[in-house]
Amino acid sequence: MTMNEPFIHLTKVRKVYRKKDAEFVALSDVTFDVAAGEFVSLVGPSGCGKTTLLKILAGLLPHDGGEVRLGSAAHSFDPSRDIGMVFQQPLLLKWRRVMENVLLPAEILGLPLRESRERARELLSMVGLAEVSDKYPYELSGGMQQRAAIARALIHDPKLILMDEPFGALDALTREKMNLELRNIWQTSGKTIVFVTHGISEAVFLGTRVVVLTSGPARMADDIPIALPDKRTLEIKTSREFGDYNRRVYRLLGME
Amino acid sequence: MAAEKLRHYALGVLVHVVVIAIWWAFVELGHIEPYIMPSPLATLKTLGGENYRWIANATVTAGEIFGGYLLAVIVGVTLATAFSWSRPVESAVMPLLVTLNMIPKVALGPLFIVWFSYGIFPNAVIAFSISFFPILLTTARGLREVEPDLLDLVRSLRGSRWQLFTKIQLPGALPYLFSGMKVGAILAVAGAIVGEFLGSSRGLGYLMLQVQVTLDTAAMFMAVVLITLIGVFLYGLVLLLERLIVVRDARVQ
Repeated sequence: MTMNEPFIHLTKVRKVYRKKDAEFVALSDVTFDVAAGEFVSLVGPSGCGKTTLLKILAGLLPHDGGEVRLGSAAHSFDPSRDIGMVFQQPLLLKWRRVMENVLLPAEILGLPLRESRERARELLSMVGLAEVSDKYPYELSGGMQQRAAIARALIHDPKLILMDEPFGALDALTREKMNLELRNIWQTSGKTIVFVTHGISEAVFLGTRVVVLTSGPARMADDIPIALPDKRTLEIKTSREFGDYNRRVYRLLGME
Repeated sequence: MAAEKLRHYALGVLVHVVVIAIWWAFVELGHIEPYIMPSPLATLKTLGGENYRWIANATVTAGEIFGGYLLAVIVGVTLATAFSWSRPVESAVMPLLVTLNMIPKVALGPLFIVWFSYGIFPNAVIAFSISFFPILLTTARGLREVEPDLLDLVRSLRGSRWQLFTKIQLPGALPYLFSGMKVGAILAVAGAIVGEFLGSSRGLGYLMLQVQVTLDTAAMFMAVVLITLIGVFLYGLVLLLERLIVVRDARVQ
């Protein structure tokens, strides 16, 4: 029984922002579980509370109602060490070389430097940046910077990766490529990923599940398991199933 | 690339030479009286005059500039750091500093002389008071400008306030500090000279007042040249430090 216990358990999660007398419901009735090693896409229009939910998961914001539980008997969870974050902007430190940027979380956590350096080297070659580990961020393209940010999120070997529209600032072609790479990274690393996006086809293509949030009022619309093949290639995007999933999400967001 | 760089610098030097040549031609061919404007050569010749005590006077002026400037950097950075650590301190002290900064520092010169008497110290204090504020302001701004997401990243790792300061804020503020230091360097030179004009018994500014009485314009020119060279040296030192410390992309232009 304990083996089936979810890694992330959310029940009727609610978040209200208060400004003077006005109340703004950012999240309500969000209920879903994430099993260890799953890739869950959170999709919805801006203002639907996806980033808020991510921040609640990261422990950066308190929630106002419901239950948020991270970790299970089988998969312990240490909130300071088990979260890796990737944002829309790479947010690399301009004055640090790529290698030193990747090492930042390890430094903050006080992990042994030698092993961290070794691990950073492995991660950089996994994301295809082995050659540029001595370069400064400004010498890298946007896609390369975002890959470095992904390596940084993995350096302390966290169990949960939270990604907030990580490819939103990239051009369309780079974005497609990064999608394929992220699937590979997820499959080789075995991490649990919660991925926020407003790109519907991106959400379907990447996720093992897609959680749809709607705005005004902010609430959870659906939780759709994606039964596409494990090996996601670009051909999948032309398949009928892929189209059906996309249509289903579009409909939930009231766009059809 | 190297050739292009060389050409770039050569052009800069050339323009300086051309301006000096025009100066020379203007004075020589225009038969300008030397007490109105001395030629470059006549200016240079004053370096041989022992009465001017160039080295001693230049050392005093440089001491005032560097001393006041160094103090401005130390106090400016310290206050900016205090502000970034404590919002109440900033709220309490900053408005006062803004008011104080509105005082024309030159107007304080006579007071400083009353308080600290003649000499290097009051002039260094004027240099300090005039160059400190831009350093404080830019550094404080640099320490404040942290990307909110970066803050979240550090907080998600439960990083300490000290880690945030040393790993993110301080290195991120360095380009701002240097841009404030560049402005401050120019102001410090002006401050020290004004101090010497107001009341002093040594220094290049003092010397200028002395030779003015005898219409020794060439020596006045030389004094200006030396003051400028001290300023150029200080500014160059700041630029060099910036080049060594701040990564190219992070520099504030």
